[in-house]
Amino acid sequence: MSTFRTCDITGFKVDNTTEKLFRLNAVFAVVSLLIAALGAILLVFTRWQDFHVLSSPWYYRIIGLHGVNALVFWIVFFEIAGLYFGSTVVLNSRFCAPKLGWLSFILMATGFILTDVMILSGNADVTMTSYVPLKAHPLYYLGIILFAVGALIGVGLFFGNIALAKKEGKVGKTLPLFTYALMAAAIIAVLTLLSGALVYVPTFLWSLGLVESIDPAWYRLVWWGFGHSAQQINVCAMVGIWYLSVRLVLGGSSINEKVSRVAFLFYILFISIASAHHLLVDPAVSSTWKVWNTSYAMYLAVLASMIHAFAVPSSMEAAQRRLGHNKGLFDWLIKLPWGNPAFSSITLAIIGFGFIGGITGVIYGMEQTNIIVHNTLAIVGHFKGTVVIGTTLTFMGITYYLVPLMFRRKIVAFKLAKIQPWMFFFGIALLAIGMIALGMFGIPRRHYDIAFTGGPFTYDFNLVSGFIWVLFGLGGVLSFLSMLIWILIVVVSVFFGPRVNGPQDMQLAIAAPLGEERTPHKRKYEAPGTLVLTIIFLVTFLVFYFLNWKWLAAIWEIQ
Amino acid sequence: MSLEAPPSGWIHKKIARDEKGWIIAATVVCIAMFFWMILWHVYGKQNPSSVTYYTTPEEFTTLTNSFIEQNQIGEDNGIPVVMPKPESDVFLLAQMWRWSSVIVLKKDEWYKFHISSKDVMHGFSVQPINMNFMVFPNYDYVLDFKPNKTGEYMVVCNEFCGIGHHLMIGKIVVIEDESELANYGY
Repeated sequence: MSTFRTCDITGFKVDNTTEKLFRLNAVFAVVSLLIAALGAILLVFTRWQDFHVLSSPWYYRIIGLHGVNALVFWIVFFEIAGLYFGSTVVLNSRFCAPKLGWLSFILMATGFILTDVMILSGNADVTMTSYVPLKAHPLYYLGIILFAVGALIGVGLFFGNIALAKKEGKVGKTLPLFTYALMAAAIIAVLTLLSGALVYVPTFLWSLGLVESIDPAWYRLVWWGFGHSAQQINVCAMVGIWYLSVRLVLGGSSINEKVSRVAFLFYILFISIASAHHLLVDPAVSSTWKVWNTSYAMYLAVLASMIHAFAVPSSMEAAQRRLGHNKGLFDWLIKLPWGNPAFSSITLAIIGFGFIGGITGVIYGMEQTNIIVHNTLAIVGHFKGTVVIGTTLTFMGITYYLVPLMFRRKIVAFKLAKIQPWMFFFGIALLAIGMIALGMFGIPRRHYDIAFTGGPFTYDFNLVSGFIWVLFGLGGVLSFLSMLIWILIVVVSVFFGPRVNGPQDMQLAIAAPLGEERTPHKRKYEAPGTLVLTIIFLVTFLVFYFLNWKWLAAIWEIQ
Repeated sequence: MSLEAPPSGWIHKKIARDEKGWIIAATVVCIAMFFWMILWHVYGKQNPSSVTYYTTPEEFTTLTNSFIEQNQIGEDNGIPVVMPKPESDVFLLAQMWRWSSVIVLKKDEWYKFHISSKDVMHGFSVQPINMNFMVFPNYDYVLDFKPNKTGEYMVVCNEFCGIGHHLMIGKIVVIEDESELANYGY
């Protein structure tokens, strides 16, 4: 029978197994992130060719190492920890099958170590995407498979936990919004991990010589069913945390939960076909197929993000107005708790995700405009906006709550923690915008030497790009330092920080829920400030949209 | 509430006027973007082709070699230079880590490119116009191009294709008149 402790800060009952597994998965997440960050700084100073620190084999090797640790291990370890938290602690419920929880963790940890060892030993110089017929050592594919199977078990345990909580009467008819968002993430995770199995198992057999060949077009199609859908798990988890943080920091919630929940439903229904936008300039798939799928069936999944783009800030605005910051359009915005590192992380993540990741994502993901960005650095700039500022900064931010609540330690160097999110935001923003600009000059991603030294011809990319490389480098240094600061704060806090003995030791506020408003429908506008902000966003989007089509129209005719 | 179940009646709460307005605006933009892509196929001049044939590295190598034999006009750094006729088929083979030929095209004329790979995946990236397509082994990607400006274009590989990826660079030259060939040393 499981044992609980009752949290003296939140009042939640915390299952012992959940706490242990949560801690282990979170620690491994941070280790993966450290590996990814060390890789990142080496890559920045190699691509910035004034330094060119790595040799070419090591550059391509580290590209793979950075990618797989940042995009797979860090995020999935963190998400499994989050899924356990959301399906037990938040519901005051217990962990359904502790032994399977351990099995999941052992498989994931083994897969993680095996994969990284294979990459670092030079047995998997295929980069993260490992497009066939490039071939890695069988143990590399096996590592990924073990990790994915472990993660799939973890996702299954999430469903088990929810079912158990239902059975034992811990949840009523409706899940809390945060857990609901995780449910959406978990459903997409099942689809993602099954695609992963579908592509990695035959590839593993092929690397062993048991399967003769793998069709490259088929590989790309199914691999992206894994690779892109994995990012949609992040989106759901991330948006769930955005709502969670509004609740923790301000006590507020979505001004209309029905709207927010429908948006999550749209993600589940439509986003799985999004992986098509990786195949827009591929042979083997037709334009009809591309247009329908890349638009996620007429952009219904983009619509979901647009809905959250209003729903999340408006939940802050509505809460602030009820707390008394009701003057004018933006008083609520100015008076937000910007000094709370969890809150500033999340708010900056929203801005970066929308303005950098979202805008570029939608435009670059259109069938024709993809021609002028595919495989250039602009693509990397796009996903620095979504995955790094969006997901990673969100996960880093919420950790400032999880350290005291789940590790029961105070955050050391709290003043430094307050500036860390801002450093990270400006660093990655500079890096991402630099990459987007470089990509527009045609500079390829994953490329060791854009002067082509030793090739039959040489080429000079636009000279203006020299200045942009400096911005790129500065952004890289700033975000790397901020990342180190975050890792140091978290590691020192967790292992050596002063213990948390009660609410008096909590450095971050936890607000009481504001509850339902008494007169909910009286005002004409619930969030006028948010409406103005979203209109600014839409105008920015449209400007960039038409610019890209104009650039496209200037190139050769293609049909 | 994100940590608590929502208060009863949440499902019947009316959507606020500003939120409703935003959702309508966003939906309109989304639908418009969908039709924009389709309309660009009708009115726009840059559309990826839907034509692909199965091939094999052996077959495509043979096709490329005979294409080079028929159209070769010289050599540039050991790479054959070809000048195919307008409206004709052009075969370009990518392999670790070279493009099969330097191609001379005429401005404002259509060419039917066939692009495939002998080994792994490559990226066909034409600079400085920044036009990018994927190259697969076993697939012949058929793309019609009509260059709109004269000059020298570089063909960069922008899909990781192994350890010499950054050495893979080719060339396309666009001329208006054959007298310009001398400017490029052909």
